[in-house]
Amino acid sequence: MSKMMMNRRELLKVTAMVGGGAMFNLAIAQDGTADPDTIEDGVKSLNVFVQIEANGKIRIAASLPEMGQGVKTALPMIIAEELGARWEDVIVEQAPVDDAFGVQAAGGSWSIARNQDTMRRMGASAREMLISAAALHMEVEREDLRAVDSRVVHTSGRSRSFAELASLAVNQPVPDPETLQYKDPNNYTILGKKIPGVDNLAIVTGNADFGIDVTIPNMRYATYTKCPEIGGTAVSFNEAEIKNLPGVVDAFIVEPNNAAGNSNIPFFKEMAVLRGGVAIVAEDTWSAIAAKRRLRVKWDQAQASKDDWQDMIEWANGVAQAGGGELVKDNADIDAVLNDPNNKTVEGFYQFPYLAHVCMEPMNCVADYQPASGDVPAKLNLWMGSQFPGQAKEVAYNLLGVAPDDVEIKLMRLGGGFGRRGVHDFAAEAMMIAKQAGVPVKLTWTRPDDIHSDFYRVGGFQNMKGAVNGNGQLAAWDQHYIGFKTPTRDISGAGFFGNEFPLVAMDNARVSKSMKAIKTPCGAWRAPGSNSNAFVEQSFIHELAVLAGRDHLEFLLELLGDDRWIVEGNADIVNTGRARGVINLAAAEANWGKKLPAGTAQGLAFYFCHAAHVAEIAEVSVDSKRNFQVNKVTVAVDVGPIVNRSGALSQVEGSIVDGLSAMAGQKITMANGRIEQDNFHQYPVMRISATPEIDVHFIESDFPSTGLGEPALPPLAPAVTNAIFAATGERIRSMPLSDLGYNLT
Amino acid sequence: MTSYALEINSQKYNVEAEPDTPLLWILRDQLGLTGTKYGCGIAQCGACTVHISGQAVRACSFPVSGVQGPVTTVEGLGTPQLHPVQEAWVANDVPQCGYCQAGQIMSAAALLATNAQPSDADIDSAMAGNYCRCGTYPRIRKAIHDAAHILATSKANS
Ligand code: FES
Ligand code: FES
Repeated sequence: MSKMMMNRRELLKVTAMVGGGAMFNLAIAQDGTADPDTIEDGVKSLNVFVQIEANGKIRIAASLPEMGQGVKTALPMIIAEELGARWEDVIVEQAPVDDAFGVQAAGGSWSIARNQDTMRRMGASAREMLISAAALHMEVEREDLRAVDSRVVHTSGRSRSFAELASLAVNQPVPDPETLQYKDPNNYTILGKKIPGVDNLAIVTGNADFGIDVTIPNMRYATYTKCPEIGGTAVSFNEAEIKNLPGVVDAFIVEPNNAAGNSNIPFFKEMAVLRGGVAIVAEDTWSAIAAKRRLRVKWDQAQASKDDWQDMIEWANGVAQAGGGELVKDNADIDAVLNDPNNKTVEGFYQFPYLAHVCMEPMNCVADYQPASGDVPAKLNLWMGSQFPGQAKEVAYNLLGVAPDDVEIKLMRLGGGFGRRGVHDFAAEAMMIAKQAGVPVKLTWTRPDDIHSDFYRVGGFQNMKGAVNGNGQLAAWDQHYIGFKTPTRDISGAGFFGNEFPLVAMDNARVSKSMKAIKTPCGAWRAPGSNSNAFVEQSFIHELAVLAGRDHLEFLLELLGDDRWIVEGNADIVNTGRARGVINLAAAEANWGKKLPAGTAQGLAFYFCHAAHVAEIAEVSVDSKRNFQVNKVTVAVDVGPIVNRSGALSQVEGSIVDGLSAMAGQKITMANGRIEQDNFHQYPVMRISATPEIDVHFIESDFPSTGLGEPALPPLAPAVTNAIFAATGERIRSMPLSDLGYNLT
Repeated sequence: MTSYALEINSQKYNVEAEPDTPLLWILRDQLGLTGTKYGCGIAQCGACTVHISGQAVRACSFPVSGVQGPVTTVEGLGTPQLHPVQEAWVANDVPQCGYCQAGQIMSAAALLATNAQPSDADIDSAMAGNYCRCGTYPRIRKAIHDAAHILATSKANS
């Protein structure tokens, strides 16, 4: 094993101490561990990921959560490619939640980047064992054999199927990963192709297994009601009336428990706290929902949030005027440049709202708790969709004291994630309700519950100042982030990562932040930070280009400077050559600068995040009543070689729609601690009629493949608002557009 | 509790329920037909779309007491063979998370039953009641056109 590989693997191996000392081993997947014991009759296991059935079918384990981002198809494709399998022979199965599969987490667009080497190794390792078996079986040299189309083929043309070789193959030595050779990409038969999702047939026939569809014996159905002012706790409720309602089995108060949110994984600290409330357990979901509507609770609001969006706006305006803030990046000369009468300056105050995730499948969890009896310790079984199922073991330990080994988690398909399903507050509720009710329960959140109990995309503000010199060049960039943190920590997506372009590429920049503590829970929402920073930064670059009287494209390319890594070899920071590549490609494909009718214009934006370089050009029409339509979005993406072309296109298309949906009309507001939106009529998702034509182009550079679940979203909003400026002369510095009287058609 | 005789996917069922119980929950909890999804409960998202007498309706807001006529859910749509809409959905790799897709498919099938060659505008209006949070709309549009084509070809051949 090379040193570099070693370091990377050590890095991924996180051994966490939890609470009272239970161990979690978040290791990466083990190397090919052949298991000669058949899992069931006729099935041979070459390693934890690859099994071969007697009938020739090849079972490949999908180890990560599938939430629509396509990993259940893409990662097995990598294994199948190295294995030499025919894709038609492959059956993909969701792996159990088990350390043997490494860290089973999906988020941050990491799945491809972090798992592709392991997948390749698993496929190649199994392939070499099949080749060893074939050499014995056919009495030929290994060197003269290769695996193709689920067979091992000799140079003479003779061949054996994988199924014929499987029983012999499991007894072959597991190759040293260092000796493995990988396929020449020119010979790929699966990677880079358009492969439809492996669960498509199940989905279109209504047979896909989502968490909300799970039923187990003796299961009851629960709803849970929390204080509308976030953080309030239940004192009493109309218990007798509720318990008398049809179908209701039980109803009780659940006490809050902050310790449920303890975690040794920094991201999860203080997240999955159990909020106090009232549980209703019934014979079916509808009885529980109907009873919930009749519920009258007396709340103790002493600890409840008093957050108020209008107050936040007022506060932020004051801070912007006062200036200052904690310096993130400093340049002593910047005030002189801003005040130089030879320079032109512009200032803009930008605002972006809180957003909810509204996963199409509301949060839910089935929990079956068996208390300790005698020497037998307590046990917990959970069924749920989760972006990091193993983390729920921490919650179970914190809340119920159940040891991690005594928690079994069945990971279901996720009806959307977008960052929401990494936090197990809903699982905490389900397990506590199951314990208190003494029966297995399925907790289903209503849509209002789901909107009221989110970990929102944090809202915020940025005050921007900039100057261009007499040559029309950017001379100063002054960026003041005015936003929010929790009383004890930073919020994911608030402030800066520090790798934002253009500030990483500029000397003449000053960046500061002023952060105020809030109680509203916030968390990761598709492309955290980037989803709001891109709007501000890429709009402001356009403002400066306009100020300089220059073409946006030319001005942007000038900012990139020479083609280079900003930090040599660091793929987490922009590479200006790759940036230039996608910007130029989008411009060429969209025919940037082409003549368009009055009221129609193009807007450009580039963004770098999640190791991806993405440029987008939106063509937008606006009428005198502020009805606007996005006619077309041209997208150029460099995430290295594409794994599944269909899945990659899906992620870009989805990101465009999601970005447009959010900017057009979505906002979460709170008044005196209470979330003001209840359901989709107040939090609209874009409908099909508004969908633009989406034209996607990939630059398949030689850099390693990286993920595409998030990075195509951030540039969309500024591309659209820059186009609206070009069409109308109105600069948009605040989201959503519906608040400014714009109507997406 | 009242007793209701329902015909669902060509099978007869007798269910006991409160009259205001939405059909959605009868399907999901009593009959185990979980292909039909809950998304909002207020007829905004379309995740619960089923057919009653061939019409697309939102099962979350349709009380069991009001059901007159045969019900078709996504489980019963393509039996014994996949419905052309389902075929086109698979071929175009429409689903992302997949949660909205049963509702999308039921709305699309209802559209094609009355309009064999829908225009983009027809699709916009027939599909306006169905959200897709994952943003699969471009592929939904394409798949509906393809399904119309499959239907036209199979009619021409029979
Ligand atoms: S659940 Fe019926 S329309 Fe949303
Ligand atoms: S595919 Fe996820 S909501 Fe439509």
